[in-house]
Amino acid sequence: MTGHDVDRVVVRNGGCVPLASLPPVPWSVFADAMLGDVAAGARVAAYFGTPVPAPFAPDAMLDLFAVLARDDLGELRLLRTRVGERFPSLASRCPQVQMFEREIGEQYGVVAEGHPWFKPVRGHRSWRDGADAWGRNPDVPLVPGEIDYYRVEGDEVHEVAVGPVHAGIIEPGHFRFQCHGETVLHLEIALGYQHRGVERMMTGSDADGTRARQLVETVAGDTTIGHATAHALVREALAGVAAPARAAALRSVALELERLANHVGDIGGLATDVGFLPTSAFCGRIRGDYLNVTAELCGNRFGRGMVRPGGVGFDAEPAVRERILKRMAAIDRDTRGAIRLFFGTPSVLARLEGTGVLTPATARELGLVGVAARACGLAMDTRAQHPPRGEAIGVDQIAVAPDGDVHARGRVRQREIESSLARVKETLAGLPAGTIHTPLPAAAAGSLAVALVEGWRGEIVHVAVTDAGGDIARYKIVDPSFHNWSGLAMALRGEQISDFPLINKSFNLSYCGFDL
Amino acid sequence: MLKIIPERLRQGHRTGPYPKKDPVLPERFQGLPVLDPALCREGCRSCVQACPYDAITVDAGTPALDLGKCTFCGGCAAACEDGAVTFTRDWRLASRTREGLVVRPGERPRVEALDRRLKKMFGRSLKLRQVSAGGCNACEADLNVLSTLVFDLGRFGIQFVASPRHADGIVVTGPVTAHMQSALLDTWAAMPQPRLVIASGACAIGGGPFRGSPETNSGVGDLLPVDLYIPGCPPHPYTVLDGLLGMLDRLPAQRRRSAD
Repeated sequence: MTGHDVDRVVVRNGGCVPLASLPPVPWSVFADAMLGDVAAGARVAAYFGTPVPAPFAPDAMLDLFAVLARDDLGELRLLRTRVGERFPSLASRCPQVQMFEREIGEQYGVVAEGHPWFKPVRGHRSWRDGADAWGRNPDVPLVPGEIDYYRVEGDEVHEVAVGPVHAGIIEPGHFRFQCHGETVLHLEIALGYQHRGVERMMTGSDADGTRARQLVETVAGDTTIGHATAHALVREALAGVAAPARAAALRSVALELERLANHVGDIGGLATDVGFLPTSAFCGRIRGDYLNVTAELCGNRFGRGMVRPGGVGFDAEPAVRERILKRMAAIDRDTRGAIRLFFGTPSVLARLEGTGVLTPATARELGLVGVAARACGLAMDTRAQHPPRGEAIGVDQIAVAPDGDVHARGRVRQREIESSLARVKETLAGLPAGTIHTPLPAAAAGSLAVALVEGWRGEIVHVAVTDAGGDIARYKIVDPSFHNWSGLAMALRGEQISDFPLINKSFNLSYCGFDL
Repeated sequence: MLKIIPERLRQGHRTGPYPKKDPVLPERFQGLPVLDPALCREGCRSCVQACPYDAITVDAGTPALDLGKCTFCGGCAAACEDGAVTFTRDWRLASRTREGLVVRPGERPRVEALDRRLKKMFGRSLKLRQVSAGGCNACEADLNVLSTLVFDLGRFGIQFVASPRHADGIVVTGPVTAHMQSALLDTWAAMPQPRLVIASGACAIGGGPFRGSPETNSGVGDLLPVDLYIPGCPPHPYTVLDGLLGMLDRLPAQRRRSAD
């Protein structure tokens, strides 16, 4: 090696590189590059392993890949190293990799040495037969949620355990609070109940396959368009083609409709949790109105079948477009009215302000993304900084609020609702002519492709690694919730346990998106 | 307060006229499939090949579509060049039996009412506990929506409750992941008898896209006795409502006849 610059492999969003141009570097070079880039402002967008030789042989080595996002430059730096049964943990120096290292440890039965919090992530068996990072007996069934919880000892300190089944129509997860009276000293969140094995099922899947498409659509069903778009971009990057301009515009419309539905629903949820019933009732209904607009586009309220590798499944012909625009005008008015009422009510603001505060430093350290990060004053938005193609929003349009509390997270959503409303209308009005789908040639063999999409919760990352035959050898999915659950746990510190529902709703993270 | 009243008036009354009037579903909505074997070409299996879940089969020239495996992607209809498979906008898809979900030419799934004893108990007050067991949050979201004022589930005496002790039935979503199996069965065990089981969505009925995953079951049917199957990915809220009301014998007589 002549110098580190030789090892610097940088792509943009939707980039694809041959693995030959990304050879494994020694661990020290890998670690220095990761720590150095993070110190210079990069985020760890993805960090995952893939066995060599594939697949899953008991004595296989493990290639570790990292995708470091430089939001200021719009660049994604790719790193690769090769490790054996153990690798040194970087978590204590770079907290945002802590969950990634645990995930690598669980998936491949390798140990992240020196990890300060080395616990299972989802509670499944390792993907390498017989390998287990914790040396557990393979004959004893794994019980999800049974991990060594962090405990606070002391007079009058008590523990509250909630879940996995919650009191409502909610996904399962287990929450363990350490409390002193009403005050939460620490919250630990144990997930994995929704684990369906999506990443492994994507191995060997087809670009045109219905099943692959539906697996990514159901990674997190409320983010169908976001995940389907990231998947489509990865497949297109591997095939070396771009979706037609009209398809890209229609994807953008669907993505903003998804953001609108969920953001409006979340503001309704906040209203429910503070007991402000008018906005709660209005937004619950308006959220459905946006879902119905998506159904006008593709027949399904969640956008199933809309985004496909190579383009989109449904066009917005003039009649459809007119119908959507007409509906949007009425919904627009209702949305603004409901939200204005909410943020214009002093008793509501009193409940939101100063509740569940996260500092910008904590948000940066944990690598938070999306609404939660922007509500801590961090200006990051894939649409502005890593736009997939020609569809950029201005960096000055990133909705930022400085205070890091429930109120800030609500306000970021409010601003994004306003900009998404405008974006849907503009994009539909200026829809480029042309086809909506282009056939994909065979995927590049022995390559790595990466795509980022700003879903409504935040940055979605999909990475595909192909084998010598062009088949998917490894498919990595990073839902924004993978980063942000740690943020919720930190936001609870020092708060009253009775504020948990409100603070939780202000993050509104995905269980299945995390659990995969 | 003074700001709330005019906004309340402006937003208006939005509860839908269902079940007195039929809902209008979007033009592109994929509901009840219609199979016409007269249009089938001999030996053609393009619809069968298009389905990754083996939902559609052709036996001796007669096609059959299993709504319990179907995710309503429309792939079979797109693959059929002869129009022998089409999806209509009919949202009424639920069935009391697993076999009843298999649609054959000229057939449709139907919802039988509960027997007299159960109808007397639950017909006017049904409390349900929902358990998500690997659901992607789309089924969950569209169950939640039933409690909004558009559908206003409460007016039918149906309510989602927090405790299994208060519940008459359990609504399961998701393929039932290995990690949720014991929690689901614990919830079921905590419910007083008699108790109903409702499988909502493609995953809960047949595993959906996760059918065959080593980390999940292929639906709740292998674990609990299911009383009502509601197909869809996710089921449209009106599909759920139709199934629930049909089971409770609460649909207007005219509607029940038109489904025949």
